Amino acid sequence: MGKIVAVTGNEAVANALRQANPDVCSLYPITPQTDIVQRFSSFVSNGVVDTELINAESEHSAMSAAIGAAAAGGRVITATSSQGLALMWEMLHIASGMNLPIVMPLVNRALSAPLNIHGDHSDGMGARDTGWIQLWSENAQEAYDNTIMAFRIAEHKDLRLPAMVCMDGFIISHSIERMEYLDDQPVKDFIGPYEQVNPLLDLQHPKSFGPLILTDLYHEYKRLQHEIIGRAKNIVLQVSDEFAKLSGRKYGLFESYRLEDAEVALVVLNSAAGTSKDVVDAMRDKGIKAGLLKPRLFRPFPYEEVGSALRHLKAVCVLDRADSYGGYGPMFMEISSAIYQAAGTGSGPRLVNKIYGLGGRDYMPEDAGKVLVELDAIAKGASVKAVKEYIGVRE
Amino acid sequence: MRKKVFGRPEGLKDAPFRFCPGCGHSILHRIVAECVDKLDIRGRSIAIGPVGCAVYAYDYFNFDVIEIPHGRPPAAATGMKRARPESIVISYQGDGDLAAIGMGEIVHAANRGENITVFFVNNGIYGMTGGQMAPTTICGQKTTTTPGGRSVAEAGYPMKMAELLSTLEGSAYIARTAIDSPKNTIATRRLFEKALRYQMEGKGFSLVEVLSPCPTDWKMTPEESLKWIENDMQKIFPLGVFKDKFAGAAANA
Ligand SMILES: Cc1ncc(C[n+]2csc(CCOP(=O)(O)OP(=O)(O)O)c2C)c(N)n1
Ligand code: SF4
Repeated sequence: MGKIVAVTGNEAVANALRQANPDVCSLYPITPQTDIVQRFSSFVSNGVVDTELINAESEHSAMSAAIGAAAAGGRVITATSSQGLALMWEMLHIASGMNLPIVMPLVNRALSAPLNIHGDHSDGMGARDTGWIQLWSENAQEAYDNTIMAFRIAEHKDLRLPAMVCMDGFIISHSIERMEYLDDQPVKDFIGPYEQVNPLLDLQHPKSFGPLILTDLYHEYKRLQHEIIGRAKNIVLQVSDEFAKLSGRKYGLFESYRLEDAEVALVVLNSAAGTSKDVVDAMRDKGIKAGLLKPRLFRPFPYEEVGSALRHLKAVCVLDRADSYGGYGPMFMEISSAIYQAAGTGSGPRLVNKIYGLGGRDYMPEDAGKVLVELDAIAKGASVKAVKEYIGVRE
Repeated sequence: MRKKVFGRPEGLKDAPFRFCPGCGHSILHRIVAECVDKLDIRGRSIAIGPVGCAVYAYDYFNFDVIEIPHGRPPAAATGMKRARPESIVISYQGDGDLAAIGMGEIVHAANRGENITVFFVNNGIYGMTGGQMAPTTICGQKTTTTPGGRSVAEAGYPMKMAELLSTLEGSAYIARTAIDSPKNTIATRRLFEKALRYQMEGKGFSLVEVLSPCPTDWKMTPEESLKWIENDMQKIFPLGVFKDKFAGAAANA
């Protein structure tokens, strides 16, 4: 059976990648992700994986090499953070538009300028519209599990889409946690061998990838992309069910925490959800009926499911660790849409948006506490003072 | 009366360097500042701090510094120089910055003959991210992404930037030096000054590559790193002036 270990998030993810034994890994270092590709380079050097390693000259080239390798026909990985993902942006669309099931851990980090190496979600949210599947992870265990599942999801024959697995830079990537590794063989059996779908160099069936398609068919092509990524929801659930049999750990499209009988709730991604759950418990002890929803599958976003999980609440705060300057926080926009569709106009919970933790600013239990007290007051009839507000700010 | 023979150049702020012990960046920052003082250009110099271990250039240089994302300094320098032709634009870049992610920018800035000066710190490794292979890593050199040593079959050959850039018609002055000995360090200052003079005189693109120690990521003592530069790096990266469009023109001896 599995093995209980004390490892960092990066080490956990590197080991999931080792167990998947990809054909090609293209790499380029960037903090806080570097540790993943460095560990993977040692796996290659030590002969524990059969992977061809490409030391690329930039992330743009790393993703281009990944695209080439995946189109040629192989299981392909890379990993990045922050500016690296930003530089890849052009190629991210190419990978999804060509249906190439590349798997990429994204260790979330703030974007420049000003320059900052710490964790926030600006990078991942900036890649929201690139056609990649996004799975977000609270801790090392979830990052490891999601990475293993990402291969099955991305490579599913009804999907064939690239997937990124997100975890918080430093807070998770560099902190040591207790978690469970699954044994190599069961993981290998679970992921299975890579199946080629339409590879290049199949001379009996010559093909082109990413041709010029203008006004005649581009629109239809994009509708197809919309339809295909929509299938991910069911596939994620199927793969997660199978994974639960292997590991005993159950994953859904999102995690609900004490939500069923709650009146107020936080919606928050990744590591801050862990902190917030403790505060939810503390608030329950004080008589505030608090709950929490932690999204896991962010793209495609499960609007109906999230909407019905939240519609009965009186007040909800969406905590965003990224901003869409001049707009609401990116998660807030999703949750507002989900609730509007589920509850209709004029009903459903009151919604507020707090921007927290940019550039690695600590998110403290007191922050969650204050927000829940404010939500409790709103639930009891207090007016919403500001829909969107920064919290944890040094004045 | 005692005479002051050594002091902090005005071009440096009164701030201690936070580089690792034995790192070449501290020597090179000082040399840049000394040249800026000597040429009396502090009031019109703008330096570019790269992404890399020199990222804190703004904490040390006592003149304006702009921080530019990884690899893009030559393009940003081009914009600054075109907008303010009277300014002296100093692009200070590492080998990851200049020869990997920023290869396109440096080649095109040189080829356009932009009237800027580039100080190119070749320490054969990505220092800041903790010692991964750079394009300038020499064959067989161990890094965290080439744990068995750089192999030509997988990662090709070390990139010789001074030689490469000197083939471009647009470049005016291209040299390579090292800071592995007092003699070479003094020569480095002379070359830096010359490169800046070329810009002041409107002669076009100047670049000085410096072989510089990174004891931390080379996993050597400072002394061993100097020996490595002398015995191993210089074999691949010979020192010298590779291009001088105005060689022989009197004023620039
Ligand atoms: C787009 C992008 N990709 C990757 C990085 C990560 N990164 C920061 S410094 C660095 C390497 C710097 O090496 P070099 O230019 O040789 O400078 P040194 O630190 O050795 O002085 C890398 C890859 C980044 N900041 N931005
Ligand atoms: S890591 Fe290397 S280049 Fe960076 S400060 Fe230390 S010695 Fe200098």
